[in-house]
Amino acid sequence: MTAFSNRYQWPDAGLFEIPDWVYTDPEIYDREVERIFHGPTWNYVALEAEIPNPGDFQRSFVGPTPVVVTRDGEDEINVFLNRCGHRASEFCREQRGNAKLLICPYHQWSYDLKGNLVGVPFRRGLAGRGGLARDFDMAAHSPRRLAVTRRGGVVFASFDADAPPLESYLGPVMTAEFDATFDGRPLELHGYYRNTVPGNWKLYHENLKDPYHATLLHSFLVTFGLFVAGNRSAMLADESGLHGAIASAKRASTDHVSEEAKGEMRAFHEDFALQAPEIMEFVDEFDSEWSVTMQTIWPNLIVQREMNTLGIRQIVPRGPHEFAMHWTMFGYAGDDEAMRRHRLRQGNLMGPAGFLGMEDNEAIKFVQDGMKRSRPGHHAVALEPELEAGATDCVISEAAIRAMYRGWREIMGLAS
Amino acid sequence: MSAADADRRLRAVEAFNTAYARVLDDGDLTVWPNFFTEEARYVVTARENWDRGLPAGLIYCEGRAMMADRAFAILNTAMYAPRYLRHFITNTWVGTQADGGAFEAGANYLLTQVLVDEPNARVHQVGRYIDVFVESEAGLQLCSRHCVYDDALIDNALILPV
Repeated sequence: MTAFSNRYQWPDAGLFEIPDWVYTDPEIYDREVERIFHGPTWNYVALEAEIPNPGDFQRSFVGPTPVVVTRDGEDEINVFLNRCGHRASEFCREQRGNAKLLICPYHQWSYDLKGNLVGVPFRRGLAGRGGLARDFDMAAHSPRRLAVTRRGGVVFASFDADAPPLESYLGPVMTAEFDATFDGRPLELHGYYRNTVPGNWKLYHENLKDPYHATLLHSFLVTFGLFVAGNRSAMLADESGLHGAIASAKRASTDHVSEEAKGEMRAFHEDFALQAPEIMEFVDEFDSEWSVTMQTIWPNLIVQREMNTLGIRQIVPRGPHEFAMHWTMFGYAGDDEAMRRHRLRQGNLMGPAGFLGMEDNEAIKFVQDGMKRSRPGHHAVALEPELEAGATDCVISEAAIRAMYRGWREIMGLAS
Repeated sequence: MSAADADRRLRAVEAFNTAYARVLDDGDLTVWPNFFTEEARYVVTARENWDRGLPAGLIYCEGRAMMADRAFAILNTAMYAPRYLRHFITNTWVGTQADGGAFEAGANYLLTQVLVDEPNARVHQVGRYIDVFVESEAGLQLCSRHCVYDDALIDNALILPV
């Protein structure tokens, strides 16, 4: 046992109890940045549709770390740190744009679209004095470049050049689910939502590995019959337990819901109806048995396929107690006006003002508040005790959360 | 349009916005859709989207029925911590298109939020209304209102309409 793992003792109940320091401790957070976000993971950085032309660039993040994403003249996509090799300034200030060179505004050091330092004003000094040494290494003073991979129009980056190929990183089940959304149809950008959530970034993963909450927290779903206990559903996970997808299949009516399930779901009202019910329509356009999936791709991506409202959610941690969420909403380039508007209307379900999205954000805040104010402690992820950890077709389960922490403890060097 | 008519219109829009804010801040949310025409568009979106012509909205309503559903959901199904919101609407302007038809208008807004376990109001959103009004026998109604906010990050959640 190392000194580190001695200081952070897991409760005796193993994966069935999670200690607060997982979510609140600055040293744990720093280690997460180093080992997870800056480790051999694939981090979402952009959609190709956001930077369609040579010279397009966009700011993004890998974990908390600002990066620039560019498309160069050879149609390659490059990701490098948004940190000048001279005085460390975060030099790219525009959210997006098109340029041949990116120039740090402080001393005009310039970078090409691959992130190479190509220009230093007064490099040879002035009138034979000053400037840089003859042997100054331009390459060594370029921003750090990250490995890049793309799939289906989605761009990922990694600090680790030896990160495994994306397909084996995701595994076959997660790759197939990813491909159901990114099926080769060109994407059409609909816009962005951006918000903070005052909670630890892992709570967002957990919320989407927690099928138990769906019919209890989200009364809207139950009241209007989109998802009720008794619908066909599954909690998918890969072998590492880090990736997952909560999946369900919409049913046309609620006749199949047992009286027992109705009694347990306080929100169940058969007689409530929407005045504009088209928001809940599902146009079956995917090669998938599921009408709703929320896929968590470790460590910073959620792919939202909530019927026909599609979105990327990028997690940007801001310390142990808060993260930002960047949502990129999209449709497909072939959508007609009716389909585009259907997606936009259905978008009211998600996002920080969404009928479901607002509730997730509130619940995560409540959990972090509890850990910040009543401490120290640990809390239970004890549902479905017959399965220690992993994928499940049982809705009343926290086995996928336990699977994530099995993987997390290993990465963090905290395996007991 | 004469200066006197433009001034009357401006005062009518200011009175409208005052009544609108009273409903959202202190009133009955189920009344809120009545400020709009049957087919009205109501969208809350980031300036980043508006400036680029991107259509997504944090809230995106086509028609009063969708607004009524939102009011219903907030009052009956949504889970959120108790809070108070308050609108401050200023810098109102009106277009001078002829009487009888639709006309453009706008204003700046500042929306504050108090959460019950934090001591003070915080600025929750700053932005502008970009409106199209119609005059009917019942008075002014919105046939579209875009609430375009400047904020880079929404603080956790936007529960109530803007």
